[in-house]
Amino acid sequence: MATTPAPVQDRSAVRSLLRLWPYVRPVRARLFSAAFVAILASCVGLVIPLVLKWMVDGPIARRDPAGVWLGALYLLLLGFAEALLFGLRRWLVARPLTHVEASMRAGLYRHLQRLPVAFHDRWASGQLLSRATTDLMLLRQFLAFPLTFLLVNGVTIVVGVVIMLLQDWTLGLVVLGPAVPVVVTCVVFEKRYARVARRAQDQVGDLTTVVEESVLGIRIIKGFGRHRSQARAFRDLSRTLRGTELRKARLLATIWGVIVTLPEVAIGAALVVGVVQVADGALSAGTLVAFLSTALALRWPVESIGFLLAMSQEAATATQRFFEVMDEETEHTASGHATSGARTGAKDPRDTGLRFHHVRFRYPDAEPGSPPVLQDVDLHIRSGESMALVGATGSGKTTLTALVPRLHEVTSGRITLDGVDITELSRKALRAKVAMAFEEPTLFSATVGDNVLMGAGDTAGTADLERALAVAQADFAHALPQGTDTQVGEQGLSLSGGQRQRLALARAVVGQPEFLVLDDPLSALDVHTEAAVEAALRQVLADTTALIVAHRPSTVLLADRVALLSGGRIAAVGTHHELLRTNAEYAHLMSGEEEGAR
Amino acid sequence: MTTATGAPAGSKPGDRPDDRAPSPGDPFDRDVLPTPPGATGTLLRSLLAPMRARVAVTTLLLLLQQAVVQAGPLLVAYAIDRGVPAFRAQDHGPLIAVGVAYLACALAAGGLQFAFVAAAARVSQDVLLDLRGRIFRHAQALSVDFHERYTSGRLISRSTTDVESLRELLDEGLQELVTVILSFVYISAMLLWLDLGLGSVAVASLVPLAALVRWYRRRAGRVYRARSTAIAAVIVKFVETMNGIRPVRAFRRESANDADFGELNRRHERVNGDALLEMARYVTGSRLVANTAVAAIVLWGGYRVADGTLALGVLAAAVLYLRRLYDPIDRLGMFLNSYQSAAASLEKIAGLLAQTPSVPEPAAPRRLPPLAGEHPGREVVFDSVRFGYRTGGEVLPAFDLTLPAGQTVAVVGSTGAGKSTLAKLLARFYDPSGGRVLLDGVDLRDLAVPELRRGVVMVTQETFLFSGTVADNIAIGRPDATREEMEQAAKEIGAHDFISALPDGYDTDVRKRGGRISAGQRQLVAFARALLADPAVLILDEATSSLDVPGERAVQRAMTTVLKGRTAVVIAHRLSTVEIADRVLVMEGGRIVEDGEPAELIAATGRFADLHRAWRDSLA
Repeated sequence: MATTPAPVQDRSAVRSLLRLWPYVRPVRARLFSAAFVAILASCVGLVIPLVLKWMVDGPIARRDPAGVWLGALYLLLLGFAEALLFGLRRWLVARPLTHVEASMRAGLYRHLQRLPVAFHDRWASGQLLSRATTDLMLLRQFLAFPLTFLLVNGVTIVVGVVIMLLQDWTLGLVVLGPAVPVVVTCVVFEKRYARVARRAQDQVGDLTTVVEESVLGIRIIKGFGRHRSQARAFRDLSRTLRGTELRKARLLATIWGVIVTLPEVAIGAALVVGVVQVADGALSAGTLVAFLSTALALRWPVESIGFLLAMSQEAATATQRFFEVMDEETEHTASGHATSGARTGAKDPRDTGLRFHHVRFRYPDAEPGSPPVLQDVDLHIRSGESMALVGATGSGKTTLTALVPRLHEVTSGRITLDGVDITELSRKALRAKVAMAFEEPTLFSATVGDNVLMGAGDTAGTADLERALAVAQADFAHALPQGTDTQVGEQGLSLSGGQRQRLALARAVVGQPEFLVLDDPLSALDVHTEAAVEAALRQVLADTTALIVAHRPSTVLLADRVALLSGGRIAAVGTHHELLRTNAEYAHLMSGEEEGAR
Repeated sequence: MTTATGAPAGSKPGDRPDDRAPSPGDPFDRDVLPTPPGATGTLLRSLLAPMRARVAVTTLLLLLQQAVVQAGPLLVAYAIDRGVPAFRAQDHGPLIAVGVAYLACALAAGGLQFAFVAAAARVSQDVLLDLRGRIFRHAQALSVDFHERYTSGRLISRSTTDVESLRELLDEGLQELVTVILSFVYISAMLLWLDLGLGSVAVASLVPLAALVRWYRRRAGRVYRARSTAIAAVIVKFVETMNGIRPVRAFRRESANDADFGELNRRHERVNGDALLEMARYVTGSRLVANTAVAAIVLWGGYRVADGTLALGVLAAAVLYLRRLYDPIDRLGMFLNSYQSAAASLEKIAGLLAQTPSVPEPAAPRRLPPLAGEHPGREVVFDSVRFGYRTGGEVLPAFDLTLPAGQTVAVVGSTGAGKSTLAKLLARFYDPSGGRVLLDGVDLRDLAVPELRRGVVMVTQETFLFSGTVADNIAIGRPDATREEMEQAAKEIGAHDFISALPDGYDTDVRKRGGRISAGQRQLVAFARALLADPAVLILDEATSSLDVPGERAVQRAMTTVLKGRTAVVIAHRLSTVEIADRVLVMEGGRIVEDGEPAELIAATGRFADLHRAWRDSLA
């Protein structure tokens, strides 16, 4: 399951996290005020021991009831202030941070929708999904907690240390002693932790991929009774993940151990030194109580630094994973290179219809040296003409059709629609002109009607829907439980392959597009339905420029002419009967007889 | 089968005992499947039960750790009340004792902390491993029918985000809870021991805290359930878009999708924010209670020190303990957080796990009788089989059919005639609601899965490829097959040439170029897989729909040798398949309307003759 993309070079955690700024910027005011409030709250917390000291040394020692009352009142007020500040901080960040998470997720989704199809071929969607969910949750938690509290605890520690130093600088220094070793340990372990954390996150992505595939391929797994071996593969992966997680936990446990031990040792030392000083009279008992109270109050900020850093580290990895996707160029920014040289500029009036000019294509990630899928395709489909595209399995027919709506970009050469180079059109305009039906008929979670109408502009209505359903012989839609309002797709009724194919066809023709590209549109239909669809399609095709990938004579006959794709070139163009007579390869493809047998 | 035609939304479950859930009705529309009461708790207990010993050890480690940590203030009190006077009296003993004790405590605290974190991680990871495995195995055991309704996105969110929230509970939550309870118990005991009065006040303050916790739990429970549902909706939309990226592009769905996803995302954002705000309210409330209690105790304690009824050191220790008593309140909140969110997730997981497979494995599996001749085929009998989909649609009313061993049968008929249902029943993707399907006299329901799959294998028009190499994908047919056997299967079906032409041949990673193995080629891979499986009965359901004519011919040529002696059911729209069949069944409305040898039927004047003529014409 080698779907894990190689991690990009190790960026420093801070640099990675800084990239979050554009997303955090809109809520910076709230975030900063929250941090300020949190600092304030911590400082209030630190003042409380001082009030205690004042009470012990003052009113209590002097047995002054009024003073005791006053002290208690102070404590109460400070306590209220602390509680309200705590609440205020959380209230300040709750909505903004969920908003940051949501906008990052929306941004990721948006970006993914616009990344080249080649990107999606490469990335398992489980990896994408784990970025959109787990990683973004980690980031929100980071912004809510570690980010604020690294700052807050840092300030708290500094303020606390200052207070301690002011009270008694020798004791203060004793308590400060372990700071250096703690910091060193943290730095060393964080580095190792980062690596393990990244590995764990990638393994979660792989695991997600297995889960997803096991669900999407459930019929195959069941059909071959392979759920045990699938479960074994899953178990192996989840065991690996467990191993990584345990390694992570051991690192964390070490940091914890160090962080708990050292400050405690220091406080013990301070206690001994303090007692000696009190005994010598150099220090008041109240000061010692306050001092230790402060030192103990600092324990949590110091201890927390370990896991705060760990969380930050994980957030940094999550950020890197997030930007690995966000840094990919969308098809809108990735321009159709290679075409500029061949561009003629002036529009030739005779150049109507859909035309391929010396189109050459190889997948951008194909191994260097491997032959291109399409060598040199030259084909002219005249305006209003329909052309069938025939070729052996794997000859590149589907690839060729994908070039028209620019799902992939030609490597060299160009494609023109009525003389206009498709790279001069915006993708949106281009795809509005060209409608497609894919070999794999995908329906989305929406009603039948919406699924069909997404092929048309916003103005299309019931009449268009009815016409399209009639063309595709998809009247079964009316017999569904809620007619054309029946939900289908992921979240709805599951339809048979033939039904889905007919709806996909209806979707392609509903917008009455100028150009129609159909990839084997009738493969799952039975003979009668196929004949009925063909009859209806003929009318649509009469005035539409169409390219139809065909495997069978019946589909080929829909078209005015046929082009034979072979060896990455158009080997022959003509009518079905002409080619049957003159081209052995074509005859073979259409009849299945061995070449030359006729 | 009256429920068949467009089962109305209000159709009652339990009309028939085998009617487990109504169709376009409730449970699958909601995210939570009906869960027997208490199933969530039972699930959690059953997950933790095997770890009982280790949970105990882990808890013990934490107990010791807390004991050591909480000794601090006690040592402070001792140092101030005893150490100081003793030191003044030149007796250094008590102070040295305090110093040594404190050092020992510090070291023990660190060591125990290390041991605890490591041990807790083991427990939590093992529970997660168990739970992930259970969800996965259970999902795999559930029928195709279930998967068609439960959507892959939901299943994915069950085994990712929902498991993740249990992980948070185990990783941090349980530790928080144990720490919180232990500190409460320890510190309350310490306070009571130091001074009964002060201790009582401190313990009394726990009452309003408990009320607050209850209030929070109730409110947060609601919010977290809503949140888990909201994120599942986001995941479903996300997965659907990424898996259908080509049509999304071609039909310019990007903006519309952005809007839809934005709406779902915002809904999640809202409940997510609600959850955080609940937490904010809780934290404020609990701090208020805690700080008020501290002030009250200091007031009273101060009075008593002034009276001389309380030692100063005791008050100092009490105040130190008090601060610690309330420190874990936030942590309790965090625990409640993770608990609520995990409970919401566990509820959904429990709902999933409570689904009984509608196609269960037999309790006492039977074996198929040994093969009679040297031929691999077996006899298939449909014995008054009845079947109806819950969603309405295709039906099979009282269906009888016998396929002798070794016969190749072509099934034709229009869409919705029941051909695929026949195939799915024979492959045991579904069980009939009445009657039996027999393989050499053995009910399919009595066969264990490995035995069943040696008996029956189905190739569909679906062309899903798993990540991994082409070889891996073929090997699904028979994982223990050698490379030669696999290549042989590919050669026989005509897939060898294109596979060899791939960059790494059989070892080409389909995910890297997965989008680029054409649908026809995928079908060839599926065929090779089926050949490798070498079943007694082979079902081909539209398995050649994406092949071109030569491909289909090659498959047919291969079939004539491959199918020899095997029982085969071939469903195809294209009648070319019929040429290799011994027998043709024409289905209409779930019944067999014509049955005979191909030549015989073509010569007659029935539907098949019509179909055949139409097909001949289509070949032009």
